[in-house]
Amino acid sequence: MQRLLQNEKIVNILIPVMAAVLGMVAGAIIMFLGGYDPVKGYTALWNGIFGSPRSIGETIRAMSPLILAGLAVGFAFKTGLFNIGVEGQLLVGWLASVWIGYALNLPGIIHLPLAIIAAAAAGALWGLVPGLLKAYFKVHEVIVTIMMNYIALYVTADLIKRFLYAGNEKSYKVKESASLASSFLATITDNSRLHYGIVVAILAAIIMWYLLEKTTKGFELRAVGFNQHASSYAGMSVKKNIILSMVISGAFGGMAGAMEGLGTFQNMTVLSAFTGTGFNGIAVALLGANHAFGIILAAALFGGLRTAAPQMSFNANVPSELIDIVIALIIFFVASSYLIRLLLTRLRKEGK
Amino acid sequence: MDFLAILSIIIPAALYTGAPLILTALGGVFSERSGVVNIGLEGLMVFGAFSSILTTLYIQDMVGPASPWIGILIAGIASGIFSLLHAVASVTLRADQTVSGVAINFLALGLAIFLIKKIFNKGQTDFIDYRINKINIPILSDIPIIGKMFFSMVPVTSFLAIIVAFIVWYIIYKTPFGLRLRSVGEHPMAADTMGINVARMRYTGVIISGVFAGLGGGVFATSISGNFSAGTISGQGFLALAAMIFGKWHPLGALGAALFFGLAQSLSVIGGQIPFIQDFPNVILTIIPYVLTILALAGFVGRAEAPKANGVPYIKGKR
Repeated sequence: MQRLLQNEKIVNILIPVMAAVLGMVAGAIIMFLGGYDPVKGYTALWNGIFGSPRSIGETIRAMSPLILAGLAVGFAFKTGLFNIGVEGQLLVGWLASVWIGYALNLPGIIHLPLAIIAAAAAGALWGLVPGLLKAYFKVHEVIVTIMMNYIALYVTADLIKRFLYAGNEKSYKVKESASLASSFLATITDNSRLHYGIVVAILAAIIMWYLLEKTTKGFELRAVGFNQHASSYAGMSVKKNIILSMVISGAFGGMAGAMEGLGTFQNMTVLSAFTGTGFNGIAVALLGANHAFGIILAAALFGGLRTAAPQMSFNANVPSELIDIVIALIIFFVASSYLIRLLLTRLRKEGK
Repeated sequence: MDFLAILSIIIPAALYTGAPLILTALGGVFSERSGVVNIGLEGLMVFGAFSSILTTLYIQDMVGPASPWIGILIAGIASGIFSLLHAVASVTLRADQTVSGVAINFLALGLAIFLIKKIFNKGQTDFIDYRINKINIPILSDIPIIGKMFFSMVPVTSFLAIIVAFIVWYIIYKTPFGLRLRSVGEHPMAADTMGINVARMRYTGVIISGVFAGLGGGVFATSISGNFSAGTISGQGFLALAAMIFGKWHPLGALGAALFFGLAQSLSVIGGQIPFIQDFPNVILTIIPYVLTILALAGFVGRAEAPKANGVPYIKGKR
């Protein structure tokens, strides 16, 4: 046990796991205090995630935008930047994908990739602004990305109303040739909304892992994130790398929007509030320790929790907001990993 | 429509929507001046709005018209306590302050709606019977022109918020406490050497920011929305954060920016009555505050510089 705890890698895996467990335990305590039955609540939650082919399908569907949002946050984190603007990048990506998907007439083999690329490009553009400002004016990216979120929210709503409005607060639907929907996936999961987006998301995760861990550019990006002065001394361009990192991160965020636009909804709604997926991406990235494969696992957890929340409310009468509380607490525990590290160190010392 | 008539529409509107922003932005000044980034202002406002409405609903039959005022006070206290979470995480546990703020935002909304559903069995509360009314200030409202512009049909809270901004300016710039607060945010090690308890100052800064954001949320709920639901506070906290930055972390700057943003927000609602502005697409007015904040940060509208140690946990003895 002691030897295990001395291994930094294992501690790094242990922290998110402990945070998730602590979050769930705290959720149970809150249910208990609120006069609900925690066992019943979590049973309903479990069934909501794994109970039927349909719920499994919905969980996997919810995973794909979360994976991409998590990759966006995680990629920026790895390079020393905090992209809290994934929500905005997601919205502009969503709009771009729907726009291309609706307005063009192309064979599917070109149309679908083009719509996804458009989403990535729109997100990248939304990431470029904070990147440029950070690189050239030393403006902290957190505030700029928050502001960009709101600009995206209002501008996308306005653009839909102006150019793509199909009535009833919705845009036109995308053409079949640009759709990620799959009747095959829907059939095997008992008519869930599962679509091919999950393939795109996993491919994106592999690309992020390869780019960051196996290429020279990735090494540079991480180096700049780790120590700007040292990287600059070693001849790397700090400015270029900061901009590139925000652009790539934004592109992932934009693709998360394409998952909604081309997959789940096939259109875009005139939104008056954020979807929350971008912010959940922060939780996903933190819990996944900013690692591509950790992010997939974390997205599975959060995707499951999100899709099963209504079920929990329906079967066990526990308000679905409990899930928001649990997710918030998990973020707290991961962020305060100092506490968990302290506990682990205690454990280590007592053995001696 | 002449210019004065236009002013007499937009000034009261700016005062009306600006008040919650002013209070919350002032809260942000306290926290960030002490060196703790607080993007949890939104969540603290949510918690304040929730507490104020809940309190008002419970006591309005007993207390009557004074109940929203008590509601606002309770909101300040409740959010002050709630902000302790952010203080513990970011000062004692050295968490990433932005991440902790994000968690606060999630937690406040989740907890508030969870409790609302538990208590009311639906996603929103009833409307409160007594609101903070718009009043004509006696004497002042009789002054020709200015009286109608500034002092009639405005909630009292707007004037209180402006007065509070001046008090905060005095506290931060003219008292020993203010000096200590700023020193901890600029150079905690130097402050520590001079015998200032860095952790305690930062805790104080964060808790005061919680109280102010709670008051802001309470004022919004009791004077503007009148009830509480998931959508009651949607972005006002972030707008206040923007006002604080656009105001360069200065209480009076924050006051001016908050009033300006309040104006921009209200213009998108009342703009239809005003010639020239009604030709503008609404979206432009809505995004003005956010665009301006970005420009201010980039130095196009005067350089906005954060306190030096903002966002950096202080670890004793580490150089």
